[in-house]
Amino acid sequence: MTVLEDAPATSRAPGSEPVPQVDFDTDPSRYRHWRLEIEGETAWVYLDVAEDGGLVPGYELKLNSYDLGVDIELYDITQRLRFEHPEVRSVVLTSGKDSNFCAGANIRMLAQSSHPWKVNFCKFTNETRNGIEDMTAHSGQTWVAALNGTAAGGGYEMALACETILLVNDRSSAVALPEVPLLGVLPGTGGLTRVTDKRHVRKDRADIFATKSEGFQGPKAVEWKLVDETVSRKQWDSTVRARAAEAAAASHRPTPSGGLVAQGITLPPLQREVTEDAITYPNVRCAIDRDARTATITVLGPEAGTVPESLERIHALGADFWPLAMTRELDDLILRLRTNELEIGTWLIKTQGSIEGALAFERVIAEHSGSDWLVNEIRHYFKRTLKRLDVTSRSLIALIEPGSCFAGALLELALACDRQYMLEGTFEDQDGSAEEQDPAQIVLTESNFGAFPMGNGLTRLQSRFYGDDETVEELAGRTGERMTGADAEEAGLVTDAPDDIDWEDEIRILLEERASLSPDALTGMEANHRFVGPETMETRIFGRLTAWQNWIFNRPNASGDEGALRRYGTGRKADFDRKRV
Amino acid sequence: MTSARPKIDFDAKIPNNVDLASDRKLQRALERWQPNFLDWWGDMGPAVDTKDVYLRTAVDVGREGWAHFDHVPMNEYRWGVFLSEHDPDRKIAFGEHKGEPVWQEVPGEYRADLQRLIVIQGDTEPASVEQQRFLGATAPSLYDMRNLFQVNVEEGRHLWAMVYLLHAYFGRAGREEADQLLQRNSGSDDSPRILGAFNEETPDWLSFYMFTYFTDRDGKYQLGTLKESGFDPLSRTCEFMLKEEAHHMFVGTTGIDRVVTRTAQLMNEHDSEDVAGAGGIPLDTIQKYINFHYTVSLDLFGNESSTNAANYFTAGLKGRWQEERRKDDHVLTDDAGAVDAVRDGQITTSEVPALLALNQDLRSEYIGDCSNGLKRWNRILEKHGIDRRLTLPHVGFNRHVGAFADHHITPEGRMVSTEEWKANEGRWLPTEVDKTHVRGLMHPVLEPGKIAGWIAPPTNGINDKPVDYEYVHFN
Repeated sequence: MTVLEDAPATSRAPGSEPVPQVDFDTDPSRYRHWRLEIEGETAWVYLDVAEDGGLVPGYELKLNSYDLGVDIELYDITQRLRFEHPEVRSVVLTSGKDSNFCAGANIRMLAQSSHPWKVNFCKFTNETRNGIEDMTAHSGQTWVAALNGTAAGGGYEMALACETILLVNDRSSAVALPEVPLLGVLPGTGGLTRVTDKRHVRKDRADIFATKSEGFQGPKAVEWKLVDETVSRKQWDSTVRARAAEAAAASHRPTPSGGLVAQGITLPPLQREVTEDAITYPNVRCAIDRDARTATITVLGPEAGTVPESLERIHALGADFWPLAMTRELDDLILRLRTNELEIGTWLIKTQGSIEGALAFERVIAEHSGSDWLVNEIRHYFKRTLKRLDVTSRSLIALIEPGSCFAGALLELALACDRQYMLEGTFEDQDGSAEEQDPAQIVLTESNFGAFPMGNGLTRLQSRFYGDDETVEELAGRTGERMTGADAEEAGLVTDAPDDIDWEDEIRILLEERASLSPDALTGMEANHRFVGPETMETRIFGRLTAWQNWIFNRPNASGDEGALRRYGTGRKADFDRKRV
Repeated sequence: MTSARPKIDFDAKIPNNVDLASDRKLQRALERWQPNFLDWWGDMGPAVDTKDVYLRTAVDVGREGWAHFDHVPMNEYRWGVFLSEHDPDRKIAFGEHKGEPVWQEVPGEYRADLQRLIVIQGDTEPASVEQQRFLGATAPSLYDMRNLFQVNVEEGRHLWAMVYLLHAYFGRAGREEADQLLQRNSGSDDSPRILGAFNEETPDWLSFYMFTYFTDRDGKYQLGTLKESGFDPLSRTCEFMLKEEAHHMFVGTTGIDRVVTRTAQLMNEHDSEDVAGAGGIPLDTIQKYINFHYTVSLDLFGNESSTNAANYFTAGLKGRWQEERRKDDHVLTDDAGAVDAVRDGQITTSEVPALLALNQDLRSEYIGDCSNGLKRWNRILEKHGIDRRLTLPHVGFNRHVGAFADHHITPEGRMVSTEEWKANEGRWLPTEVDKTHVRGLMHPVLEPGKIAGWIAPPTNGINDKPVDYEYVHFN
């Protein structure tokens, strides 16, 4: 990962601060802040931050504190463990420093960052931590936090994402959430939420813990359920190993059955071409219209007839296997647009390719995802990528046109959007004769009914038809049906199905109208509409905790010149506006 | 999709200069809308059964084209779609987009506002046809009946003009709005016309002349501000509509001329102001009708201080009257204006930002224009040696919208109590007795060249035809 000083694409609006261009590529040979060691069924992940390795200038990453660059490497580690190390069944997260585990997000970095930067950083951090929990739950790679020193703030939040937390009992190491008392902000990347929702700490104790800057050492931390176990230095190594082994033994990760399928695949660098107004990958294209402030994202479907005939063939293709290749590219694109293209407020989601091809690949995934580790990983990766879309603060509009392949899993892309527009019939060319093509169609498959749940635990169809299970049930009876625009509109699967006479005007006016609305109001409105119904820990983190944190970030008590975040480390106290709001 | 529907020969049926014959979008929209329009015209249009009427049909925007006269059966009238000439260099003249090229498509940002402006304007056009539906049956002459129908078909064409904009530029939502323009009806309990004045009946010809003088004049001013619009198709449409609107006001102006003339003649013949018994309309009654129609029309301009008008102006959607002739910055963010107000029981003014005072600005232009008619009618009285004069009442009189809405103000501008208002209302506004008298005079005169007794004949015919020309043929 690097910050590209002279990146071709720029998010500089006149008069605004330049936004550093962030690149999410990395690999273990380039890590500056982490060491990854694989030992049989256990992976050892050491946080060992290079003080001078900050992503942007202006701060030193002291005390194993982190910034977005550190998190980008952690995300890369999670992906490599999933795909390159099928044998790994437990992961130990620990510190490479002698003195402490992790002091959390770097405060000077937070203090100097723009609001969008902080928000993007926190969002990505949250997604990676959710991904760690997803590994434990669905990949059979169970994470164990081995806190060999104090874990404060984001450091403890990172540990909270693990299934088990061990804290060394050395009469000085502690776990703490000092954000409220020291910085005037929240432990906002899952901290507050996981303490109560995941670790079931009583709310009055959680209140004490979150306002006590020094936190608690081992015994008390165990008593209050903040950690699972505290271990003396003498017993530390053996206990950590024992817990890692136990976790590995309990793992449900499919045991590789030998041969090619037992080996990990390689995640090579992405093929990506970036120009002023386009980001192009083999399977995903993005064209940016800066005047209209839109990005048109086209996912290219698989070619019909290229579906691998065997599991061995899938493993041999590895990162070239279309569903994985496409998902990696889409994931990268979402991250880049989110971080680097702040003013591109509307994303138009399209697909292009053969519906037959998309359905054929889907059948392969369905057949093997229960038994083969790789296919299972691909499914969950696509699930997490869809979730990234769900929490993306951009207006998402699906445009379903002839030649598209919104079928099954790819239909989820459309369902993730705020609105779906589908052409009824075909486009007529200028002579008035229909081009030789079928009308746009969409196809529901079984994977729309549970394979890719949202953060709220519901499918996108259940979210769309919230409180109307009957409709969802009826739609379940229509899997495999090729629906035209009129069918899809009637079934409630698309917002509108204009014909070719109306299409251009309707879409143009819609986009111009959208572009004129307040970006902040849109972000809030879209997030509210996307996540209906039940709260989960995930939605509480992305909704409540993040929303409150982002409010606090914007308030002078945190970010003003006299606010706690800015005054931290200056020797001067924050000067609060004492009014409760 | 294209083969099944019956083809309409668009250019022959619908005179236009918008290339209708090659515009699939418009064709599709009009194919559905036009039969509904004809149904509406049959149900809600003029109720008199005629064979044909000597009407002007616009077949082009040029000087020759828009004044094409012939006897036409009313239901075969060719309603057309015309925009004034295109000026490729036209720039937005005001607001925050001042100096930018005008828009040829609806900017999405202003879709809702533009659609609203067009729908409100469009709603008034068929409304007046509905209001005047039964008037033909009591026309004082064939000449007047023909003028009424000319006004009616042109209001119908103005509806077409607005529907064209909705169809051509606003997609599906525009088509739905166009349908609703035919579904709302004047005076309907369930779905009335949008503006109050257009739900009042036009029960007699004096009301008709008053309506075309005062209320159509409001339309002229509204069209005049839309003519300034940065949305070029709207601007060009309104510019052409204004030409037709001028004829409607001519009908009103000369209609009231003739009523006043006849009243003056009767007053002199009988040496009395009370000409009711002689089959005329007393000056008192004329004054009351002026008071009523003028003030109802003032209400159409909305509140003195309006954020909507300010937003429309800043966005470049609706300008001021004769915007480009005005000598200011056309942005108005730093200017102030005075608006009428009532404070502590006193009629006064408040200073507000100029942008908020645009409704009052337009109303002031309108009031100035209205007073020309009064001068004209008073000259007629003068010529007949009559001392009495007709006047425009105070701007606060009989108002139901804006600063004066909750106050009682006499025609002279004195604020009075509810009791005093109630006691005198009948001196200022038409009473049932007045209306009954006027209605009682309304008998049709269908013989060419003959005229009813309460109104003087016109001085000229239509299109150089004599006054006794057979303007209307009956079955």
